[in-house]
Amino acid sequence: MLQKQKAVVISFDKTVDAMRFDDEHEKGGLPGRLIPLPQEIGSGCGLAWRMKPEEYEEVKAAIDALGVPHKVHTLML
Amino acid sequence: MIYLDNAATTLQKPPAVIDAVVSALHNSANASRGAYGEALASSRLIFKTRQKLAEFFGCETDHVVFTSNATESLNIAIQGLFSSGDHIISTDWEHNSVLRPLYRLQREQGVELDFVSADENGALDLASLESLIKDNTKAIVCTHASNVIGDCIDLDVISKFAKAHGLLFILDASQTAGVIPINMEELGISVLCASAHKGLLGPQGVGVLCIAQGVEIRPLKVGGTGIHSFDKNQPQEYPTRLEAGTLNGHGIAGLSAALDFLNETGLSTIHEHEMKLATRFYKGIKQFDSIKIYGDHSKSLRTAVVALNVGSEDASYVSDLLSNEFGIATRPGAHCAPRIHEAMKTQAQGAVRFSFGWYNSTEDVDAAIDALGEITRYLCKDQL
Repeated sequence: MLQKQKAVVISFDKTVDAMRFDDEHEKGGLPGRLIPLPQEIGSGCGLAWRMKPEEYEEVKAAIDALGVPHKVHTLML
Repeated sequence: MIYLDNAATTLQKPPAVIDAVVSALHNSANASRGAYGEALASSRLIFKTRQKLAEFFGCETDHVVFTSNATESLNIAIQGLFSSGDHIISTDWEHNSVLRPLYRLQREQGVELDFVSADENGALDLASLESLIKDNTKAIVCTHASNVIGDCIDLDVISKFAKAHGLLFILDASQTAGVIPINMEELGISVLCASAHKGLLGPQGVGVLCIAQGVEIRPLKVGGTGIHSFDKNQPQEYPTRLEAGTLNGHGIAGLSAALDFLNETGLSTIHEHEMKLATRFYKGIKQFDSIKIYGDHSKSLRTAVVALNVGSEDASYVSDLLSNEFGIATRPGAHCAPRIHEAMKTQAQGAVRFSFGWYNSTEDVDAAIDALGEITRYLCKDQL
């Protein structure tokens, strides 16, 4: 359970964009969830969206539709 | 107690507002400071309130900034937009929350100021606007409605004036937000400032600062934001740029519920109710010869405020009689608005302000009329 797994993480330029995406997730039931921004992505304490690699395509379509600036990372978490 | 000081703060709140604050006190942790359930609950609540305010005032969600009150919003806007060499136009109606930041800029940075003057009844001379324009005029800063007399400024006139001269348009909507609809985009408003606890029917301790696209405000305070923690500088993106420190999430929860109440009830319904009460009061007290009423009560677009004096009596004394003898809460004095009192020549006497709200009734109005009748007969018997 505590073993690290490969995950796709989306980071946002603005916290408000992370919340906007979260709001869409609440409405649309997208896979994944908000997590604290991993330190190797950003040296702060913001929020990011974590999902399983196989869920990325669905999330990508949603985030592209929303049009918020973001970056995609693959990490072991 | 009959509460007629709604222009200062609305004492009665929708029950849903109180419930929302209590719920947030139980369940909301610090927004933007973690991703566990209670922190996200707070972040989500604040984000949804931003969305509601953006729709309410006609701006972008990420350009809605939360502050602690309208005074802080106005300070951020005024001190963050102007500097030496700028000229700003304002009006005699302004509250000290506008005036003191302006005077500070004048004193410390040499910013030039001009004011649209008010006459002895409080009316603004908007025809003089064009004559106040200079080559270095950068903005007009004005209140939507006088907190003393309840008269509203013609936003269309100010909007056209600001657009014609390429000025920033900063609106203090403290007296009208939640009562009279305001759309920033339609009116070309650059910055809108308001507090949550008056017409918006929310809790005290929350202010709103809505910014139009392209308006860049320097932060008044810097500090923790929950992001970019190793950057020595304040993050530049809105709203984070102007929101250093923990937000009043509990108060914002109350504001969110209040916005739902306002949207469900309808601003026109609220304004109509309040104006019906103010008009009933105005007509009821006009019969008393010794009462002087300030402001223009012939216009339909105004707030439910009636300022008056009884003969030459000190307004504080009259207000105290209303409170102690009749259980009616009003606001005497200068109302933090020195320039309009100077224009009305009421610096020494002050004025008694009655301000009606959504939770007042015609019975409250009639009790206030009867009380003023008794006070008038008592105080002015020697003058008859």
